[in-house]
Amino acid sequence: MTASIAVPAARVRPAEGLRQSASLSWRTLVQIKHNPMELIDFSIQPVMFLLLFTYVFGGAIVGSTGDYLAFALPGIIVQNALFASLNTGVGLNTDLTKGVFDRLRTLPIARWAPLAGRIAADMVKQVWALVLLLGIGAIMGFRVGGSPLGLLGAAGLLLVVVFAFSWIAVLVGMIVSEPEKVMIFGFTVMFPLTFVSNAFVPADTMPSWLQGWVEVNPVTLLADAMRGLLGGGSVAGPVGGVVLWSAAITVVVAPLAVRAFKRRV
Amino acid sequence: MQNAVLAEGLAMRFGETRALDGVDLAVPSGTVLGLLGPNGAGKTTAVRILTTLLRPDAGRAEVCGYDVVREAHQVRQLIGLTGQYASVDEMLTGTENLLLIGRLLGLTRPLAKRRARELLERFGLADAAGRAAKTYSGGMRRRLDLAASLVASPRVLFLDEPTTGLDPRSRLDLWQIIRDLVADGVTVLLTTQYLDEADQLASRIAVVDHGRVIAEGTPAELKARTGAQPLVVRPADPADLPTVLRIVGDLSDTAPAVEGTVVTATVADPAVLPAVVRRLDDANVLVAELALRDVSLDEVFLALTGQRTAAPALPEGVPA
Repeated sequence: MTASIAVPAARVRPAEGLRQSASLSWRTLVQIKHNPMELIDFSIQPVMFLLLFTYVFGGAIVGSTGDYLAFALPGIIVQNALFASLNTGVGLNTDLTKGVFDRLRTLPIARWAPLAGRIAADMVKQVWALVLLLGIGAIMGFRVGGSPLGLLGAAGLLLVVVFAFSWIAVLVGMIVSEPEKVMIFGFTVMFPLTFVSNAFVPADTMPSWLQGWVEVNPVTLLADAMRGLLGGGSVAGPVGGVVLWSAAITVVVAPLAVRAFKRRV
Repeated sequence: MQNAVLAEGLAMRFGETRALDGVDLAVPSGTVLGLLGPNGAGKTTAVRILTTLLRPDAGRAEVCGYDVVREAHQVRQLIGLTGQYASVDEMLTGTENLLLIGRLLGLTRPLAKRRARELLERFGLADAAGRAAKTYSGGMRRRLDLAASLVASPRVLFLDEPTTGLDPRSRLDLWQIIRDLVADGVTVLLTTQYLDEADQLASRIAVVDHGRVIAEGTPAELKARTGAQPLVVRPADPADLPTVLRIVGDLSDTAPAVEGTVVTATVADPAVLPAVVRRLDDANVLVAELALRDVSLDEVFLALTGQRTAAPALPEGVPA
């Protein structure tokens, strides 16, 4: 039996490329089975954040843990999703340094399939974390006040932002020499970005110069939009801002990331 | 005979380093070419160009008539590569690794599974098929990597230092696998630092140094070019060293050298060995070691370049 081809095809058909991306997504997801630590990494950590912030800081910040949960759960979802978006870069860089990309590049597959496959698999993990946080949040007393459509909208909007941010992760993952450095970048950029927002605390006690940034920070806008979509409030303003930010990040960073990817992979 | 691999004037530079400086290669279909050279000679760079992983700065190369730069996609349908570092996914099991490749190559799921099972069995990995590759030994990983490059039944197989870092047993296993593939008609280009490996597997050897092919021929031809083999004598009693040195000096072609308690010299005529034995016996010298060693890569290099190879002291895992 053989898979060799009498006359080699000149290029990959787009449908084949999609199927190859799906196979590569499968590969990223099936890794979890053999490395349960990874599952813990993107499950326990957000839940721990949620519990700590709610029960330790919640009362001090807004007076009661119940009120705080309603305010903070959407923020924690956002913060966790943006941090997790870096995993795309970590995974790509690991494949690069371990030689997996060498193997993939000698195969007659679409050049973009490994990238698409990785991003798609990481999206699946994001959905899992979202479901988990909403589930634990519900147990803790969070009530989704909006319609099911609002819930879907919240998930969709979150994935749009994650998609935009994953281009940053791809770019970083292609530039740095080892996977750990993606995380170092994450901590030095993502921490200030997510904390200087209203994800965890209302901005009114912050110095005014900081408030200026908090108001336009995409993390604030996304947290507000999520609050509205999950809680049933008005969302038009923040959603518009979020979409603009996502579009801007994608337009600027995606071409750079794809170029970096093509150069190294 | 048609050439499965053909390279003309390949040149590649990394910053100040000239990794390849005009390399010509030809591998007729169904034969094995050994690319022999020390670390940093340019072997891996040549393989990476031929397997479409790198674009050469100058020169051209083709595999089965397809240009490795302009027709990379076609080339990828014909080749398999097993690198110096087993590029398997450590987090996946042996089966999953091969299943992934099969699926990427467009096999249906049942077909990909069957092919994975076949290859795992053939390479003695059936028992480990369900274990994550990170639990595999070095030899098992290398075999899995080789299996991965064979899922597509390639016409041309590139093996970049396939046995570097393997224990002798795994090395012999891998050699046998490679021989079987050649018997099936696969064309092989393999790089190695070991003359005996090239000797065992290759029909022709190209010796590479500083990015150039400095000699090419059958293993026997290359050895003949060195014209001599090292003679090694170690007296049981170090006090006999001067006597041994004198006797060896009388019979060998070059002035003998002493390293510790070992006397070495090069001899072209195998008849020298019994003569040395007789003379040592006459002088009542007991020897702990007496041998005419096979020509090593080092000797071939010495003969071809007049200098020793850059000692292969680089730690394992440093790309050549």
